[in-house]
Amino acid sequence: METLTGAGVSPGAGYGAAFLLRVTIPEPPAGARHDGDPVAETARAEAALARVAAMLGERGAACGGEAEEVLRAQALMARDPALSAEVAGLVDAGVAAERAVYDAFLRFRDELAEGDGYVAERVADLDDVRDRVIAELTGVPMPGLPGEAGAPYVLVAHDLSPADTATLSREVVAAFVTERGGPTSHTAILARAMGVPAVVACAGATGLVNGTMVLVDGTSGVVTLAPGEEEVRSRLADAGAAAEPAAVTGPGRTADGHRVPLLANIGGPHEVAAALENGAEGVGLYRTEFLFLEREEPPSLEEQVEVYREVLAAFPGAPVVVRVLDAGADKPLPFLRPTAPEPNPALGERGIRLFRVYPDILTTQLEALARAAEGTTARLQVMAPMISTPDEAAWFTALARDAGLADAGVMIEVPAAALRAADLAERTGFFSVGTNDLSQYTFAADRQFPSLSPFQTPWHPALLDLVALTAKAGLPTGICGEAAADPAMACVLVGLGATTLSMTPTAVPWTRTALARHTTSDCHAAATAARRAVTPEDARRAALAHLPGLPAS
Amino acid sequence: MPERKVIVESEVGLHARPAATFVQTAAKAPIDVTVARPGGTPVNAKSILSILALDVRNGETIVIHAEGEDADRLLDDLAAIVSVP
Repeated sequence: METLTGAGVSPGAGYGAAFLLRVTIPEPPAGARHDGDPVAETARAEAALARVAAMLGERGAACGGEAEEVLRAQALMARDPALSAEVAGLVDAGVAAERAVYDAFLRFRDELAEGDGYVAERVADLDDVRDRVIAELTGVPMPGLPGEAGAPYVLVAHDLSPADTATLSREVVAAFVTERGGPTSHTAILARAMGVPAVVACAGATGLVNGTMVLVDGTSGVVTLAPGEEEVRSRLADAGAAAEPAAVTGPGRTADGHRVPLLANIGGPHEVAAALENGAEGVGLYRTEFLFLEREEPPSLEEQVEVYREVLAAFPGAPVVVRVLDAGADKPLPFLRPTAPEPNPALGERGIRLFRVYPDILTTQLEALARAAEGTTARLQVMAPMISTPDEAAWFTALARDAGLADAGVMIEVPAAALRAADLAERTGFFSVGTNDLSQYTFAADRQFPSLSPFQTPWHPALLDLVALTAKAGLPTGICGEAAADPAMACVLVGLGATTLSMTPTAVPWTRTALARHTTSDCHAAATAARRAVTPEDARRAALAHLPGLPAS
Repeated sequence: MPERKVIVESEVGLHARPAATFVQTAAKAPIDVTVARPGGTPVNAKSILSILALDVRNGETIVIHAEGEDADRLLDDLAAIVSVP
């Protein structure tokens, strides 16, 4: 039986027919000619452009919101008269339709790529339209999701973007498999949020033939092609048993009664329901970026107040930790431009560094938060991303307190901040460790780069040392990276001194169960054993030896 | 010669939503319409790609030109689109 292997990033097993979302469209050969009827060939190109335009328009209307605007602009690109004229000219000169389309798009692509900011960002949209048109012309399966599939399918893609996945649900997708991506890629986070198994960084995935039945193990990362009936039944049964959290309810606590509030990571009011359904005791990371993305200007004070209030009102009496805008790096915004071109954006002006340049946007956000909290009973806390020095911590904390937000803290994502956590502790109110970025900066390994994804596991002893050092400084220390979604790691984090754990909402029941099965001393023993190990694999094995309530797989 | 010289008041310039609305409005008309910077080379106002490549920002002046039936009304409509802040 043939198998492919990648990184399992969302646990469980899924079985279904493979559906390839977007095959890489090969460049039509240069010099491809048609058989001599330019009128028919031009008509063929025109028809393909029109079909793509119609499809993009329909999908946009179905999506609404920001996605609709992008798709509407893409539909206009597909029916652009200047593009059509270029295609017709090339076909008249004998060029085959697919190559003519390719060359015509290339001309406009070069023009857009010369621009900056908004215009240059449209290049990706243009490439997407071009690929869809060439797919139409060459008979390669049309990118796009099947509308009404009879049974849930396994979505296979090179990588997935938020626009691709806006309308998916677990009723239609049995599992995700992507060729690229890592544990913190969009696919991984989405899959965990949906509770669907996922395997990423899976070499050869996009070589799968559409319709092949595949069994996806989101724990081991193994994708089995055309598995036997017996294997499917037993794997799904095993996964079902393991995936059923025992009926532990109530607030997070260890077997000996030590309280560890279990909080949710959310991106806005739309994720509040999932947090509540899964029994989150509050919000440990409210990412406010979504409110600012894809805009030319920051949202107004009033608009911010309204959105924040919606979240705060959903958690009466409970903690809600809001991270102020974390722009820069992979989330560039037109109104928060770095002061010079950045050869290396992840190491550039991002997070708090941008606010030092544009303090007004921060003070407006803090004021909006203070106003939103009026009349609600949520325990609002605010924190700043990308803090690396005690000065930055003091600056942010003072600004927050000036705005009337007494409970201000900082994220620990940079090794320098963890190493000098004691100094930061004198200048701020709490810590929240972002394990994803802390891994990226500790190992100097881009978290989006597929071949470097082994650096992203939180089981690296170097990372565990930094978490321990942070917690030792004595402030309340939350964990808000994806690490807390791994039940064994959650126990280790508690053993390292974490006081709250925040994670994707669907992970809360598993973490609650794992904690309830172990005492504080089990957690300490697991943490100590993990830190004594040298490799992440050994660290995990060593920790599990002290966590009898968890399967040792 | 029917022509309008207008300052682009839209905050995002002639991009994003205003650009799409502008192009869609121009495309509905059965006559030729062009856009240019004053003294610049005119581009087809029905082409989103040409409009985007022109990269007109907030506060810049553009010249919209049309010839044919109802040209004046079309020019008024197009000028109105970019005049909305």
